[in-house]
Amino acid sequence: MSAQDYSTLTGLFPGEVVTHSYVQDVQLPAVGGRPGAGTFALITLDNGLDHRRPSTLGPNTLVELKDVLEAQRARAAAGEIIGVGVTGKPHFLVAGADLSAVKGLHDRESGVLMASLGHDVYSTLSDLGVPSFVFINGVALGGGLEIALNANYRTVSTGAGAIGLPEAFLGLVPGWGGVYLLPRLIGPVNAVKVMIENALSNNRTLSGAAAFKLGIADALFEPADFVEQSLAWAAKVITGKVTVTRPNAVSEPLSDANSAAWDAAVAGARKFVEDRTANAAPAPARLLDLLEKGKYYSKAESFAQEDLALADLIGTDEFRSTVYAFLDLVQKRGKRPAGAPDAKLARPVTKVGVVGAGLMASQLALLFARQLKVPVIMTDIDQARVDKGVGYVHTEVDKLLAKGRISPDAANRTKALVSGSVSKAAFADVDFVIEAVFEELGVKKQVFAEVEAVVSETCILATNTSSLSVTAMAEDLVHPERLVGFHFFNPVAVMPLLEIVRAPKTDDAVLATAFETAKALRKTAVLVKDAAAFVVNRILGRMFGEITAVFDEGTDAVTADNALRPMGLPMSPFGLLALVGLPVGQHVQESLHAAFGDRFHVSANQQRLIDAGKKGLWEKNDDGSQFVFEETLALLSFGNTPSTGEEVLIRTQDALADEIGRMLAEGVVAGPEDIDLCVITGAGWPMHLGGITPYLDRVGASERVNGRLFHPELAA
Amino acid sequence: MSHNRQVRDVVFVDGVRTPFGKAGEKGIYAGTRADDLVVKCIRELMRRNPSLPPERVDEVSIAATTQTGDQGLTIGRTAALLAGLPKSVPGFAIDRMCAGAMTAVTTTASGIGFGAYDVVIAGGVEHMGNHPMGSGADPNPRFMSERLVDPAALNMGNTAENLHDRFPAITKDRTDAFAVGSQNKLAKAYQDGLIQPDLVPVATLKPEKGWALNTVDEPPRPGTTVEDLASLRTPFRAHGRVTAGNAAGLNDGATAALLASAEAAEELGLPVKMRLISYAFAGVEPEVMGIGPVPATEKALTMAGLGIADIGLFEINEAFAVQVLSFLDHFGIADDDPRVNRYGGAIAVGHPLASSGVRLMTQLASQFEQDHRVRYGITTMCIGLGMGGTVIWENPHWDGTAAQSSAGAVGSVSETGSVSETGTASEAGRATEKENAA
Repeated sequence: MSAQDYSTLTGLFPGEVVTHSYVQDVQLPAVGGRPGAGTFALITLDNGLDHRRPSTLGPNTLVELKDVLEAQRARAAAGEIIGVGVTGKPHFLVAGADLSAVKGLHDRESGVLMASLGHDVYSTLSDLGVPSFVFINGVALGGGLEIALNANYRTVSTGAGAIGLPEAFLGLVPGWGGVYLLPRLIGPVNAVKVMIENALSNNRTLSGAAAFKLGIADALFEPADFVEQSLAWAAKVITGKVTVTRPNAVSEPLSDANSAAWDAAVAGARKFVEDRTANAAPAPARLLDLLEKGKYYSKAESFAQEDLALADLIGTDEFRSTVYAFLDLVQKRGKRPAGAPDAKLARPVTKVGVVGAGLMASQLALLFARQLKVPVIMTDIDQARVDKGVGYVHTEVDKLLAKGRISPDAANRTKALVSGSVSKAAFADVDFVIEAVFEELGVKKQVFAEVEAVVSETCILATNTSSLSVTAMAEDLVHPERLVGFHFFNPVAVMPLLEIVRAPKTDDAVLATAFETAKALRKTAVLVKDAAAFVVNRILGRMFGEITAVFDEGTDAVTADNALRPMGLPMSPFGLLALVGLPVGQHVQESLHAAFGDRFHVSANQQRLIDAGKKGLWEKNDDGSQFVFEETLALLSFGNTPSTGEEVLIRTQDALADEIGRMLAEGVVAGPEDIDLCVITGAGWPMHLGGITPYLDRVGASERVNGRLFHPELAA
Repeated sequence: MSHNRQVRDVVFVDGVRTPFGKAGEKGIYAGTRADDLVVKCIRELMRRNPSLPPERVDEVSIAATTQTGDQGLTIGRTAALLAGLPKSVPGFAIDRMCAGAMTAVTTTASGIGFGAYDVVIAGGVEHMGNHPMGSGADPNPRFMSERLVDPAALNMGNTAENLHDRFPAITKDRTDAFAVGSQNKLAKAYQDGLIQPDLVPVATLKPEKGWALNTVDEPPRPGTTVEDLASLRTPFRAHGRVTAGNAAGLNDGATAALLASAEAAEELGLPVKMRLISYAFAGVEPEVMGIGPVPATEKALTMAGLGIADIGLFEINEAFAVQVLSFLDHFGIADDDPRVNRYGGAIAVGHPLASSGVRLMTQLASQFEQDHRVRYGITTMCIGLGMGGTVIWENPHWDGTAAQSSAGAVGSVSETGSVSETGTASEAGRATEKENAA
């Protein structure tokens, strides 16, 4: 198709930040230094903005690239050029399709057009009449990497970060040739690793060296003269001085061995997807369907199927939800928390005190020492506990050192930063004290009274409480304005979320310091009101309540624990309860019940398990399958109103819609976006459902319970 | 160690440079960093000499006249790190204005001779677009108040006009003719593929243009005629003689060379393109700085025990045509002597101040390889504030025949054979043989 045929599509995006295709003729440095190898057209993809604004691909960008490539094809036919190369502005080849543009494609027709536009442009690159090259100088994600895959040859920079095909994670397929070209270029096993395993493992990407090792690129050069060396290499390829070998490539027709490997790779990937996502999102399976059937596809056949798959997936809620969760929440809102005061009000934190030396306190001490790089003092009631806490930090630092995650100097520095004391007098010159002592109001108030007697007037006091009232904790303080909730999630080093709790008297400087500290700790901070259990634990508690309730009512364990699989949770409810610890879970549940009443069910059966010293409901067979001991069941008592899985799911959806509706009405957070950001970063709930509120909208729970959607603006 | 110390032979292994650009917004290196230009040269040297383990480089000495911004922060060290040399390789920055790279070579060569280094990288850079000549300088007012230096001496163009005053025989016609010759000789050298082998292609990125690859010098104006030059204005003096056509321009570029002790070169299998015989720097009145190469050359010849007639090839930097002609007149060499600047000079190719010294050496090395009848050659240049520098080199490819000599040693101080106490070329040669035998 001609560029004209895409005018309806390009017209939809008048405000697109176009990544331009600038062409320069380059005299290829022939081997031996003399010019004369010939003229090479070098295309630079550049959106004209600095490194904070990656180049992306929208319809206008693609049409411009197509025009430029067509012009080169004509020049090649006229004998004017001997090759064409594509590279990017510093740090980026292209970071992929412009997701906000793709998200905005509301009708299927536009989706098909967008998919075929990409194929159209990229096919030109692979068929210019002269060899085509892509020099992967930096970030090359999704459609950005597919540009490279469609070229005849590729080089990559050792300085290139983030190379990958994240489509399966985003809710799409690498449908601009990736799913066809990658398995043929690097073999099906490697291709599945890149397209499925990496994409679904927190969107992991490849370094330049790793991409070269897999065979994605034919040559690897260092950044200092990457463009020069890539051009010199291209000259050698064109003049036959270098012959490119691709040991991982799969040639067609497929050999029996390759065919079998192909099938095995697909089967292995299906298992992986099942394990990771419980098949709750459509994109990975669709990708694997394409890959499986694509074994015998011609390129044209595959491209046609890719167009259809892309058009289908662009229209899915899962894709839109992922863009919402990934782009709007994690990438944007997570970096600019709603309601955070002006950062200029923040006070410096040059020394930190941690009250307590238990496991949570020790994790906090490690985090503060590693990230803030300031002295951290831990206190506890006796020297043995203090020594254990400091010892934990030192051991963890040694583990990081052994794994090569930190240098010996950094290990020495971090260890030296953490010290312990049995006296809170050691807090005299700290700027920030956080407590992680026993979860009981009286204990915490006592601790803060002791701390306040020692520290300066401006020292900030933070509590890691998960269920107590911060307001009540501040009541007897001389300076109640200095207390703020700082609620981490376990394991502290892994979970990104930090709920920052503002009590009525917490002042702006304290809150600003809390947010700046969260940023320095590399946590995703969300501002929450002082309401029982804040956000994540309240939502989890409501969910646990429903599942334990149906269990107590007589629903069998398998049905109860698997009913929520469509919600794509990282762990089943009973599995998660066992991990958290049944007594802790029960304690939280009781406090929620105390705060909110009967809508938070406190399970009598769970208490029986705790009393019997059980760690959880499930036991594991040697093969990993789960069962419940008969003797465990014998401890429990059940009602006679079992539910089906479907009923459990709907009941839980409605309960969550109800609870979240109440939380928003109470002003616990600024909006449903913060609820979603919390469950994604604090509980690992899936991005393809947008966290939870877009899902509740979609399944009808929001309207059933609240009479309206959480996101009327997202409704197509 | 300090007993029985012997001076070691120093050899020039290899030299490269970036294509030179015109300074200013439209120049090829507008928007490109000076340190990046040096890095390209160092990396090319390492690529061209794969038998040299990077950790065997003992020093990186990089010259820049203005040592601020992208030419600051001890550029020899930063360039070594940016080039990916091991962190164990040290580096330093050095400055003698136009003779910066030459001084980087002579200083590190002395270190080799002394036994402090086996292998060094020496070079220079000047991005005159980023660092206009004299920018940021703060001349001491005593220069003026005590008349230590004629204020005119701080402007190089004025010193060139002064040189015309001192040597009335050097007319504008002669300088223009010499400049045209420089352009023609460079064009011929390009045509014969003699320049390109030692150029490092440099990719540059400009807004709204994309990446370009620079593989040739930007300043040359091949086909320039004396008529073209006659009409140019004389910016330094009304109705003067010095024009943009008979002087080097304002340029951006970088150079780097690899030097080694003769023993290290042999051990590591590195080529020997030239052997260092002697070097000298000398001062003159700053207001006629262009005459500097004359005393510097006389001093270097004396040390080497050579006469001007022994020199078969001259690479003299063409800051100004008048300054080259004053040198040639002094030694009785014709303006168009074929031994002088065979590949043309800075008038055609450009003169990114502190980088040029190594360009002269790289070109002399190429000519040595082309012409085995020549035994000795010199690289020489004038230096701001009244100095000159000269390095005398021996051709390892010399076939034993008598060097071509078209001029007498008019005005030369020493005659061939008068051995100075600092050692002679032949002694140096024997020392090498002894070392090798041992």
